[in-house]
Amino acid sequence: MKLKEHRLKLQAAPLLKQSMTTGQTMRDVLLALLPATLAGLWYFGLGALLVLIASIAGAMLTEWLFSPAESRMQRLSDNTALLTGLLLGLTLPPALPLWMAFIGGAASIGLGKLIWGGMGQNLFNPALVGRAFLLATFPIAMTTWSPQSGPTEFFQIYASNLAAPFMQSVYDGISAATPLGLMKFEQQSTGLWALVSGNTSGCIGETSGLLLLLGGLYLLLRRDLDWRIPAGILGTVALFSTTLYIVDSTHYPGPLFSVFSGGLLLGAIFMATDPVTSPLTPRGTWIFAVGIGVLVVLIRAYGGFPEGVMYAILLMNAATPLIDRYTQPRVFGKGIKNP
Amino acid sequence: MKALSKLIEFSFAHGVHPREYKEATVSLPIQRMPFVREYVMPLNQQLGAPCKPVVEAGARVRRGELIAEPGAFISTTLHSPVAGWVRAIDNRRYPGGVFARSIVIEADPYDSQQFVPAPRDWRRLSADQFVSEIQQAGIVGMGGAAFPAHAKYSIPEGQHIDHILVNGAECEPFLTNDHRMMVERPDALLLGIEILLHNLGAKAATIGVETNKPDAIEILRRHIRPEQPIRVAPLRVKYPQGAEKMLIKSIFNKEVPAGGLPRDLGMVVNNVGSVLAIADWFQYGMPLIERVVTVSGDGVEQPSNLLVPLGTPLREVLRFCDGLKAGVSQVVMGGPMMGTTVASLEVPVLKGTSGILAFREAQANRSQEYACIRCGRCLEACPYFLNPSRLAKLARARLFEEMQQYSIMDCVECGSCTYSCPSNIPIVQLIRTAKSQLRQSAGKVA
Repeated sequence: MKLKEHRLKLQAAPLLKQSMTTGQTMRDVLLALLPATLAGLWYFGLGALLVLIASIAGAMLTEWLFSPAESRMQRLSDNTALLTGLLLGLTLPPALPLWMAFIGGAASIGLGKLIWGGMGQNLFNPALVGRAFLLATFPIAMTTWSPQSGPTEFFQIYASNLAAPFMQSVYDGISAATPLGLMKFEQQSTGLWALVSGNTSGCIGETSGLLLLLGGLYLLLRRDLDWRIPAGILGTVALFSTTLYIVDSTHYPGPLFSVFSGGLLLGAIFMATDPVTSPLTPRGTWIFAVGIGVLVVLIRAYGGFPEGVMYAILLMNAATPLIDRYTQPRVFGKGIKNP
Repeated sequence: MKALSKLIEFSFAHGVHPREYKEATVSLPIQRMPFVREYVMPLNQQLGAPCKPVVEAGARVRRGELIAEPGAFISTTLHSPVAGWVRAIDNRRYPGGVFARSIVIEADPYDSQQFVPAPRDWRRLSADQFVSEIQQAGIVGMGGAAFPAHAKYSIPEGQHIDHILVNGAECEPFLTNDHRMMVERPDALLLGIEILLHNLGAKAATIGVETNKPDAIEILRRHIRPEQPIRVAPLRVKYPQGAEKMLIKSIFNKEVPAGGLPRDLGMVVNNVGSVLAIADWFQYGMPLIERVVTVSGDGVEQPSNLLVPLGTPLREVLRFCDGLKAGVSQVVMGGPMMGTTVASLEVPVLKGTSGILAFREAQANRSQEYACIRCGRCLEACPYFLNPSRLAKLARARLFEEMQQYSIMDCVECGSCTYSCPSNIPIVQLIRTAKSQLRQSAGKVA
């Protein structure tokens, strides 16, 4: 009968909560990216690992440097800077000079997140801001692709990886075109199995369609992902590219090639789904996803670049506040005629 | 069989699925709590105006005697839960850490505390007489809100009630008091419904029960006589299924207009405990002086369903349940989703107290708050289709006026948003504060 010694704490209801936290969501996404990341390292070797490390270091150092001293460790512990750095790294060419990857990571966090007011405030996907920054600043390095290294060459690092900052970078004699580049400039298709397994040249993390889908499935099961976004994007791309393919099959690739090539799966599953930069409402989410799908196909088919996922997502990020404004849900009991 | 019952479940869109925690008390019969020495009856334990005492300190009172009358139409009566003496009319502890003016009654230890039944006629009442009877009985909504029941039955000119809804959803985790009442007193519940049908002129009644209470559904169905226009509607287990507008949406797929009442659709929604209180008033002449309370939570030695005289201090109720376990840090009155924590165990059981829950550590640790990442879970949780994420941001920016454009006043504070927020943002708490700010600036009394 111990009733006296209890010190009761007051708390406002509800006194229960579901168990998922934002910190846990970030850890889930990191885990979901792991298979595709490992595949990227397997295909491109140690050089790719160094690029990822440089990009993550740039992102985390910037977060640390520009956070108030008292909340530095807490801000890093939510893993968002780590995730942004990793996502950026996965969209970089494996032979990119490390100092550029580092600057990219810093730009992602600095220009993509912090100047907007920090986590949850940014309009654009931070990793893609970093990538756009790099593409505009170092267009040649960002579009020079390397062939895959075999297992024996795993420990070889691309010479260009180690280029000194702000010096003319030296590229290896061998370079290779991405499947989308081959398609756009030489009308040459790549086999589907190569695309699905990731056995092509391209960015570090974008090549293996299968493993990216696996990561997406995991996030779906963990309820960390709005399925409407990847479904909307991939469905639109498949539909739109089928239409173009029927009209002119020599210039335009078929739906499977369109879905599995380039950065589409990485973008659709891991970047467009960034909740901060996508609409809140289900209806808005569909508009957002279809918009990205249409822009991807338009840029790939008619733009100057062979790939358009990055700009498609960034453009729809910009439209998100507008979409949100016009897709507010209908409040219960308002504007309804009961039967 | 289970698959079949799933097919005929009624439900609404959105909402959340908290763990139920009902197993601790679901099969425990309602036990009568013995009388204790002192009872405290706060005058403001119903929504609306506080009651006005009609007794003075020192007065002798019988069990069930009127001790306070309504302070306004939206107010009700209070009756003494025991035979004894009025010791004081004074400020006493109230849930939420505040004090409230209360009538303090000391029980007479030599009184047998017998209540002599005096049945009342319910078949020959005018509409106004019926409303006045319910107010005389002191009956309120016993699901937690404690809205005076007679006010619901006072139907304005031009409106009429077609359908009586009985709310046996009991969607709050832990609570099993409505469940036990339905299982143990089905005939009294059906009598209460018949009284309501007769006096409100309604054609039919529906008892909504969540499908986690299959025994209650079964027993009620067995006790309904063929000539009674009463049916049982199985409801999906989901919070807040028991919010009256959700109940109507689930069963009839109709939306009560924003800012409106169920009677705009010709309906009136009553909690199971309130309907039983109506039956007890007409069958025995017993006003609302006791109620069924679920005592549960990981900090209680002996979880129970108890029939407790109103005004019993929580300390005594918990003592009857063998006390609290060591390290209890939180005691809640009501359910964990909408209840109120208490700062002291001197707080008494009120008309709206459906549960007493003791927790050893806070069930929801919200100490680390993250930024809103616009994940949209709160939008998918809100049964009223509001945008809680936006409302919380506007509340933090103190843009209360702009919150009205986002329909803040349609929020019923069910807490589904806060429950679902992975960033631990106290969304409904921010909305509550903003609402009271808006009411204040509008010059209305909350």
